[in-house]
Amino acid sequence: MPITQAFQTIIDHISILDQNGRFDEKLGKDLIPDEDVVRLYEHMSICRHLDEVAFKLQRSGRMGTYPQNMGQEATSLGAAYALRKSDWLVPCYRENAGLFWRGLPMEYILLHWMGDERGNQIPRELFITPLAIPIGTQMLHATGLAWAHKYRGEENIACTFFGDGATSEGDFHEAMNFAANLDIPVVFFCQNNFWAISVPGKIQCSAPTVAQRGVAYGMECIQCDGNDLFACVYATRQAAERARKDKRPTFIEAVTYRLGDHTTADDARRYRDQAEVDLWKQRDPLIRLREWMKSRKLWNDTKEAALAERAERDVAAAVKRAEEIAAPHSNDFFDHMFAEPPADLVAQRDSLQTHSLAERERVEA
Amino acid sequence: MATREIEFRDALREAMSEEMRRDVRVFLLGEEVAEYNGAYKVSKGMLDEFGPRRVIDTPISESGFAGMAIGAAMMGLRPIVEFMSWSFSLVAADPILNNAPKMLYMSGGQFGCPIVFRGNDGAGGQLGSTHSWCVESLYSNVPGLKMAIPSDPHDAKGLLKTAIRDDDPVFFLESERMLGMKGPVPEEEYLIPFGQSIVRRRGADVTLISFGRPVHFCMEAAEALAPEGIDCEVIDGRTIRPLDIEAFVRSVRRTNRCVVVDQSWPFASVGSEVVAQVHERCFDDLDNHVHRVHSDDVPTPYASNLEQAYLPNVRKICEAVRSATYRA
Repeated sequence: MPITQAFQTIIDHISILDQNGRFDEKLGKDLIPDEDVVRLYEHMSICRHLDEVAFKLQRSGRMGTYPQNMGQEATSLGAAYALRKSDWLVPCYRENAGLFWRGLPMEYILLHWMGDERGNQIPRELFITPLAIPIGTQMLHATGLAWAHKYRGEENIACTFFGDGATSEGDFHEAMNFAANLDIPVVFFCQNNFWAISVPGKIQCSAPTVAQRGVAYGMECIQCDGNDLFACVYATRQAAERARKDKRPTFIEAVTYRLGDHTTADDARRYRDQAEVDLWKQRDPLIRLREWMKSRKLWNDTKEAALAERAERDVAAAVKRAEEIAAPHSNDFFDHMFAEPPADLVAQRDSLQTHSLAERERVEA
Repeated sequence: MATREIEFRDALREAMSEEMRRDVRVFLLGEEVAEYNGAYKVSKGMLDEFGPRRVIDTPISESGFAGMAIGAAMMGLRPIVEFMSWSFSLVAADPILNNAPKMLYMSGGQFGCPIVFRGNDGAGGQLGSTHSWCVESLYSNVPGLKMAIPSDPHDAKGLLKTAIRDDDPVFFLESERMLGMKGPVPEEEYLIPFGQSIVRRRGADVTLISFGRPVHFCMEAAEALAPEGIDCEVIDGRTIRPLDIEAFVRSVRRTNRCVVVDQSWPFASVGSEVVAQVHERCFDDLDNHVHRVHSDDVPTPYASNLEQAYLPNVRKICEAVRSATYRA
């Protein structure tokens, strides 16, 4: 018998507004109304400013470790824009733009990185899960959330975010396998930013695209330009429709780049070439969108200046609100351990309470 | 109350099926739980009754289904995750230890994880070291979870029903060696609250405290020691978290001697925890330091005779009791 072909696949790449300002009128037509483009741009710009402020707060000891989002704003924002408000956003920790678009007040993120658990006390009606700092765990949670909606016959879906590094984790493969085999309405949104802290992408994945990892699980896979807001919206909208209608998962690889450090705890200059960074700076999602808006007479320098002022004001106000929140009391850490606290935990809390009262009296005396 | 004799595995199934009839949020998932009726036939017939939507065969992917159950629980469902063997839960350590017991805490009370993780725990009879894990000492160290470990069909059913209705993650430890054990189980519905131990044998000279399968070793040892004039009280802890320390203390204050029998390894174990707590509360009541009996500090041996020698067996318990009561 001759050797025949068992399987062949193609990974499509979506680009609508490219780095040279070329716009695909066919794909981009009616994708995002002009007024929304402006709002989305404003959003990205404010997020960018938050990054700068947060970096300074960390350096001046007013914030713990902080992961800058710089360069990746279009990915989660495009996804959040394409989804319904009742679809789950299941983030890792570099999705500020998407979370703010959904309605998460900025001080939650600030509070979290200032080292306060209450930053993760996200109101349930926002359909956002707590930031997942371990790599990859949230993909399984997203799969379970989406499965639960399907179980109840509801239309909600889940979209989970992770980086290229996370696609090496077992959780990624187990979540993808589950979602594909059990027909779960979940969107796996990979932000391929080429660096897992200091580990380059080629150590995570030998295949030419990360997207094709999903092919092996039998799910639809697509690559998009992650610095192109339009492409991110387009890809997510397709995936969301597939999830809602066919209860099928999709794997999106959004190709982007982390312009900053992994977090404030590392210095990317030690492991990356400046030439590479400079190249990606030219592909900055903000610049691209701004030029496009200008070409359509939606934006001008006056508006840009006003936006810069607004960003400064909004971020400063959010920092103020976050810093004004009083530090948690030591007794509080017994809250939310169980639905009903068991006797031994109550005893520990009471003992700590007695101790802190005695301590306060001693200090006051 | 009308009772009948049923097997431990039937008691587990009755508990799950009753709760699934009662509450549509409850569902069962795990390897082979549906079409194959469960590797140990615990879920026999459940697929027929509840259908593939609620009795779900999963890929061989413990971390996968444990993590997925967390997401489903966050959405208000109540998954029962069957691990087949708790030994296999080790590859799901991140979801079961790092996520489920902390989700409520880390989300500031926004997301609870009402999940029952269940499966066989401990030496199953020549399964070899990798498949014979006693996870109670390792896992009970983690705050935010509950742990139940029944020793007979009656408790298996009553505790499992309580576990399924609990709003927090419950680690439910069964034993392959006990699945075929028969015992009286009421026809009527009943639940056994967590944190309430039970006295299996009244005695005056020494208190034996144990959990799960070794409770039976304690009962045998008590019978063996009776002719020597040692009258043992045997307490079955039933749950490890919460721990019914008050009942242990009441008994030890009466007998003034105590032996703790725990099937896990000795170092930093459930046994050492109980010993510490009894010492803290009964120091002035004790005629001797609390003794403890464990499995030996080696991987579970494969050979039948060695596995028997390794377990906290009747011989070891008798020796410890004699020593604790100064009869050695």
